[in-house]
This record gives sequence, C-alpha cells and structure tokens, in this order.
Amino acid sequence: MSDIPNPAAPFADPRGASLLKQDGRTKRRNAAEGRFKLYGIVAITIGLLMLLTLLFTIISRGTGAFQQTYVTLSVPLLEDKLDKNGNRNLEDIKKVSTFGYSPLLNAAFENKIETAGIDSDLKAKAMAGILSKDAAAQLRDHVLANPELIGSDAEFEFLTNSRVDGYLKGRVSRDSIANDKNISAEQLDLVDALIADGSIEKRFNLDFITGADASDARPEAAGMGVAMIGSFAMMLVVLVLALPIGVAASIYLEEFAPKNWITDIIEVNISNLAAVPSIVFGILGLAVFINYMHLPNSAPLVGGLVLTLMTLPTIIISTRASLKSVPPSIRDAALGVGASKMQSVFHHVLPLAAPGILTGTIIGLAQALGETAPLLLIGMVGFIASNPPESIAEGLMSPNSAMPAQIYEWAKRADPAFYERAWGGIIILLVFLISMNAIAVLLRRRFERRW
Amino acid sequence: MGQILTTGAVLPLVVLIAALALGGYFLARKRALASAKGDSRNLHSLPSYYGYNALMSVAVPALLVLGIWLLVQPMLVQSSVVDMIPASAVPEGSSVNLIMSDVRRLADGLDAAVSTGVISADDATGLSAADDLRAWLAERGVALGADVSPEVLEAAQAYREMTATGNFWRNILVALIALVALMLVLRETNKDFRARNRVEGGIKALLILAASLAILTTVGIVLSMLFETINFFNLHPWTDFFFGSSWAPNFRGDSDLSILPLLWGTLYISFIALLVAVPIGLFAAIYLSEYAGPKVRATAKPLLEILAGIPTIVYGLFALLTVGPFLVNVFGRGDAGLLGVDWMSGATSVLTAGLVMGIMLIPFVSSLSDDIINAVPQSLRDGSFGLGATQSETIRQVVIPAALPGIVGAVLLAASRAIGETMIVVLGAGAIARISGNPLEAMTTITTRIVSQLTGDSDFASPETLVAFALGLTLFVLTLGLNVLALYIVRKYREQYE
Repeated sequence: MSDIPNPAAPFADPRGASLLKQDGRTKRRNAAEGRFKLYGIVAITIGLLMLLTLLFTIISRGTGAFQQTYVTLSVPLLEDKLDKNGNRNLEDIKKVSTFGYSPLLNAAFENKIETAGIDSDLKAKAMAGILSKDAAAQLRDHVLANPELIGSDAEFEFLTNSRVDGYLKGRVSRDSIANDKNISAEQLDLVDALIADGSIEKRFNLDFITGADASDARPEAAGMGVAMIGSFAMMLVVLVLALPIGVAASIYLEEFAPKNWITDIIEVNISNLAAVPSIVFGILGLAVFINYMHLPNSAPLVGGLVLTLMTLPTIIISTRASLKSVPPSIRDAALGVGASKMQSVFHHVLPLAAPGILTGTIIGLAQALGETAPLLLIGMVGFIASNPPESIAEGLMSPNSAMPAQIYEWAKRADPAFYERAWGGIIILLVFLISMNAIAVLLRRRFERRW
Repeated sequence: MGQILTTGAVLPLVVLIAALALGGYFLARKRALASAKGDSRNLHSLPSYYGYNALMSVAVPALLVLGIWLLVQPMLVQSSVVDMIPASAVPEGSSVNLIMSDVRRLADGLDAAVSTGVISADDATGLSAADDLRAWLAERGVALGADVSPEVLEAAQAYREMTATGNFWRNILVALIALVALMLVLRETNKDFRARNRVEGGIKALLILAASLAILTTVGIVLSMLFETINFFNLHPWTDFFFGSSWAPNFRGDSDLSILPLLWGTLYISFIALLVAVPIGLFAAIYLSEYAGPKVRATAKPLLEILAGIPTIVYGLFALLTVGPFLVNVFGRGDAGLLGVDWMSGATSVLTAGLVMGIMLIPFVSSLSDDIINAVPQSLRDGSFGLGATQSETIRQVVIPAALPGIVGAVLLAASRAIGETMIVVLGAGAIARISGNPLEAMTTITTRIVSQLTGDSDFASPETLVAFALGLTLFVLTLGLNVLALYIVRKYREQYE
C-alpha cells in the first residue's frame, strides 16, 4: 500500500543525527499531532459552548415569565352599579356583565391618583388601560363569590397588561412603543408614578405554573398548569400501558423466544420502530385512533396511546439490556432447586433486573414528555383549555393540551410577551426532565448491581 | 328483569365475570387442597396455581367473546338497518351516513328516556313520527340533525329492537360461557391436575402477544398510510406527486402537489445539519476515546449527551427566536447588519434550521462513533505505535479506516434522524416550497407539510389532506431504508472484530 515508505525517498541519514535534536520531519509530525489534538478539543468546546448558549438563552429569556407585574387598587364596589335592587340576590348580581365592572375600575384609578397625589392628564378610561383585559372578569368573579362586599371598598391586586409588564422587565421601552396602539407614553408616566407610589410591583407569579392558557389578547394571564395536567394524564397512560407491555415483550424475547425467523422479524421490527420519525406515529394515531376508532380528538388518552407506541421500543431495548445483565447462574440455581423456567424468571431474574427496568422506563417517559410532533397531528394544540379537569376520566377524555404543545402554541402567537412565556414553559419542562433523569441516575447508582 | 338482560352496559357483565373468576380462584384452590386431603405436598402444583388456572379459564374466554361481540354487533346492526332506509328518504344534500347517525341518536335517546323512566318501554315502541320527537328529545338533551321522518323512526325502532336482541343474547352467552368454564375447570381440578403448566402456558401466550405488538404497530403504520395514499392517488395523478415541480395546495381544488420541492428542502437542511454535526461529533468522539483522560471523559461525555436529551421543541424555539434573528443580523438588514449585506430577510431559513439541527445531532454522532472507535481492537493501535507512528497518524491511518464502516453507519442514522425531524423545521425552516440553492432562503420540508396539511379542520376526502399520508409513507420508507442500511453496515462491521 501507499503507506509503505519508499526506499528511494530522500531520508536524512539516520546515522550521526541526534535523538535530542529534532529534525524537520519530526517537527512536522509533532506539529501535526498537536493540530489533530487541537481539532478534538475545539470540537468538544464547540459542543459544550452550544450547550451553554442554549441553557443561557433559556434561563435569561424564560425567568421573566415567573414574575408578573401587579397593581394594587382599592375598588369602590358601588351598590347602584352592581346590585340596583339592593336585595343581594345573586341572580340579579350575575346579570351585570364584565362590561358593567369597567366603570368601577376607572373610578378606582381616579381615587388612586387623588390619594397618591399623582398628576396625570389621562382620562380614567385610559388609566384603566394599563390593566389586563382580565381585570374586570377577576373583579366580577370575586364579587359573585363574596356578594356581601358590595357597597364597600375592597383592595384588589390586578394584573397589568403585557406592555406594562414588559416595561418593568425592560422588554418595552418608550422608543419601542412609538407605533403601539395598546399603550402610550402618558400611560407609562402614570406607571412610573405608581411604581414610585409602591402600588405597582413585580413579584412571583404562581399562576404561570398553575393557571390555564389565555387568549391572544391576554398573554399576562396565560399559564402552564392545565397543559401540565394534560401531560401528566398522558404519562399515566404511557406508564400503565408501556411498562407492562414492554416488560412482557422483553421477557419473551430475552428468556423464552426460540431462535427462528419470527423472533428475528420481531427484533428487527423493534429496532426499526425505535428509529421511525415521531411524526409518523402521529399519522398512525390520527388514522387509527381518531379516524377509525373514533376516540375523541385532542384527548390525552389518544396522546398517551400514541406516545406509548413510540416509547415501547425504548423500554423494550433497555429492559432487555437489564435482563441480559442478570448472570445465567441465577437462572441455573433457580432451575436447580426445582423452579420452572417461568418461576425462575418471575421470582428471581425480574426482581434483580427491576432497577434497570425502572431506569429505562423513566428515561423513556422523559422522552415521551418532551415529544411534540405527534401531538400536533392528533389536535392537542390550538385551543384553550380553560379549566383543569375534575376527574381522572375527564382528564383522559376531555380535550387538553400538553406542555410541549403549549410551548409550540405560544411560540406561534408572534408576540414577545408570549415568547417569554414559551421560554418560561421550557424551563418548567426542563425541570421535569432533569428531575426525571436525576431520579433515573440515582436509582441506577443506588440499586445497580455489578455481578 | 327484561331490562337487565337487554342492557347495553358492559360494566355489570364485566363485574359478573370478575366475580365468577375470583370465586373460581378460591373454589379451585379449596377443591385441589381437599382432593389432596389438606396436604399441599400431595399436589402436582402449588395450591395458588389451581386458583390462577380457574381464574384464567373463566375470564379469558368470556372476555374474548365479549370483546368480539362488542366489535361485531354494531357493524351487523348498522348494515341491516341501512338497507331499511329507502333512497327516497335521503334528502338532497344529505347522505345515508348522516341519516344513520340520526337513527342512532334517536334510538339512543329513546333508550335513555326509557331507562330514566320518562317514558315506558311500551310507549316508546308505540311512538309515531307525528309526535314532535325532535323537540321532545331536544328538551332531554338529545340533538337531532333533522326532523324525524317515518322512515327514520322505523329504522330507529328496528335499530333498538335488534340492539336489544343482540344485547340479550350477548349477556346470556357471555354469562353462560363464564359459568360453563367455571364448572369445567372445577371438575378437572384435582390433586394430579397439572395446573402450573396450564397457567404458565397462558402467561407465555400473553408474553408472545406483547412481543407481537411491535409487528402490529409496524403493520398499522404501513396500512394506515397505505390506504389513504391509495385514496390520494385515485384523486391526484401519481406522476405529479413524484415528478411534478411545484407545491401549491389550494383548498378549492386543482392543486399542484409535488414532493420534489419538499424533498429538496428536507435534504438540503439535513445536509447542512450533517455538515455541522459530523465533523464536530467525529472529532469530539476521537478526542474523547483516544486522547482524553478518564476525568475529562467522565465529565465531557455526559455533558455533550445532555444535548441529545433536550426536547426538539426547545431547539425549534432556539432556532426561531435566537439563531434566526442572529443570522439576520449577520447576513441581512443591509448596512445595519454585521456584514453590511442584505441577503436574508426573515429569521426562518435553511441555514437556521440546519445549524440548530446540527447542534442537536452532535451527541448522536459522537456517542455512536465513540462506541465504534472503542470497539477497534487495541492490538491494531499497538502495532501502529510499534512501527513508530504518532498517535494522530495511528488514528488517521489505522483506527479511522478500521472504524469507517461503523462511522458511515452512524452518519446514516444521523441523516435519518435529520430527515424525520419535525419541530425544528416547523419553527425554523419556513413554509415556502421552492427548489433553490440559497441557504439563506426559507424552504419547507416533508415533515412541515405533513403537520400543516393535517392540523386544523381537515377534510379526509380532499387530495390536499390525503397528500399528507403519501408524504408520511415516503418519509417512512426513506428513513426505514436509511436505518436498515445503517444497521446492516454497523452489524457487519461488528462481526468483523468479534
């Protein structure tokens, strides 16, 4: 081959050359060695740098979603607006729509600037414009829950709208709102005055973690909670179906299956299924579960079934690996004292392989939790599930979203306030994934046996 | 009594089967012990196996028959009721299917009314279409699509009657099967009966069933896409799909649905992704397996693998909101940009998606190559060192050539990943189908089009929706081919050194 040195090549005479002094060729070879090693270091550095950039982007852009701007107002709950008959009849109070509550908010702002001594040329209605569109509904819900408050002044904390929130977070500036219909510079002046007064403040926002998604106009009220329940419902389905089926299939393939062409087909099938693009499983789910079996669209049950089929190969592969790692002497010993093959597997091999199986299952679940593409096809995106489900059955059958699908939905809405929530949602999702993986690692460390 | 026997509800029947099976467990166990005169050493199997055998023998056949019945009966009833509806009863612009769903709803509504006691069973059978049934049912929460015509009412009554008869025989038969099975299994239970072998046979059948689910899934994938693809090719010429030049779906019909522009976008993005991932992944793997000490390896390898565990939606968002705007800053915005050129207008482009997908694939390439490089026998390296080669020379001229087939396999697997990746391209690549060489333009891919054709209100009779299945099948065949090829290469290579 060409690597064999050509004897005719002009080599330096080896005799007389010093070992301590490098000749030109050795220097070149050593330099090449150094370069090659450098390439490797550079490659790893680039990889790690990308990881850092990704994590930095997620954290720097997402943490804002966990804080929200609130304004504290004392709202006069005027009796002649809310309960004209004065008999506190709940049916009558319900007749006042959210629209009827807006004047109260305007009045609350007028009181506020009077008591705080703020100068503002704004009309009361424009002042109330810094509130979230949710505020009137929030007020109405509270009054309906506590009708005895009517006639008194009540302290409320309202969400401000997303522009004011962005102003406090530095996302919105006076320059950037030049063409913005939703907020004016005068309103920001009012906000500045209210901040100085201490009535507007930014604080931790639990609703982002527990709340439901909100419509396009109210990014400040959107939360992850209901989508999280949807994800949990799907994980429940995956766990209940994929774990027993996966373990049963692995036991058969690893312990009982005869070596023949059927077994070969099953094995090739499983390794190929593991590499099928996830969107293909979505098409399968749409065609089989929704179009053929008429299961409800957008239901976590269907999502769970699709993810089960997708996770099964992962679970089977890891379960087989941990069954394989149990030494044959255990089986032989069990058989030797008179156990049947089935007893040796279920009484001895399976318990010994359990930590490995569990680890593999958790990793498979984590994979399923972050999967988005198949969920788009079975409709778990594009609508707002406003209330958390009331029972497990409803949680499985009623339309819902899932965490990654919710993030996708927010990313599509093309509003910086929703982008912030999408990044925040990613933080929540990653917290789940990291804790699941950490549990898997801990389980492996704690229970793994080396034979 | 009649009502209980003709009920359509499955739960009581399942409860009955469960009760019989559980009773069977204890009875059989007791019977076996009794036949051994209370000494379990005289039994062939452990006492609980006799119980499990009874449990299995009662529950499995009964549940099996119940399941099959539940699937078959609605189909039979439906097909015989459809024949009762004359073509003249189907209004203009409606279809037999719509009428049938009304028939079903009317029948269910009447049954519900009977079971809640609003109306007696005899009155329900004697109803006539002259009564305003639609309004009457609407008050009770059953919405009908049209007023009840005599034909529909007649069909609904027939539907009710047949369903009731079917349910009656189903309930009788299933209960009977469970009872007979219980008696039979109790009769054969004695101390010499080989209960364990029977139970283990049953468990083994269950295990085989679980294992064959993998095949069933593959068959399901292929069939579900194949049927719809055939439907699609009946509506749309296959020549346009495979050899046409443009992708322009138009929901009013007459669309151009060619896969070529999508395939071009898919392959272009995957190519850029591999251009990023292969050199970085490969050099990282070489460094980790050949140069790095155990400490560096133990920290760098898992850290790199975190990249593989991050959900693709995160990468998609990263592409859309971070990498895309960054690239626009560099290559776009005219004089305000970094390069002062105006080559790129939007954040979505082939380069955006390709770069981010490349990052995602780095750990994929590096882990697989790492395994393969580690599998090269140490003796090859030692031989090379013995001849005076430096480490890099050994790697380049001995280790890499020896590992090459495996590395090619790893790259093919990564390519199949890239082709099937969805979220990154949905968010990062754009939605314009075109064949162009400019990586700064937005292009679209097969997976993106599948998502957009199948989300929202889709009409499963139009080629614009059905094309998604043809695209899906193409994608499946493409990735399957790459995977099979890659696995074949890797396996063949592995055998070489074993």
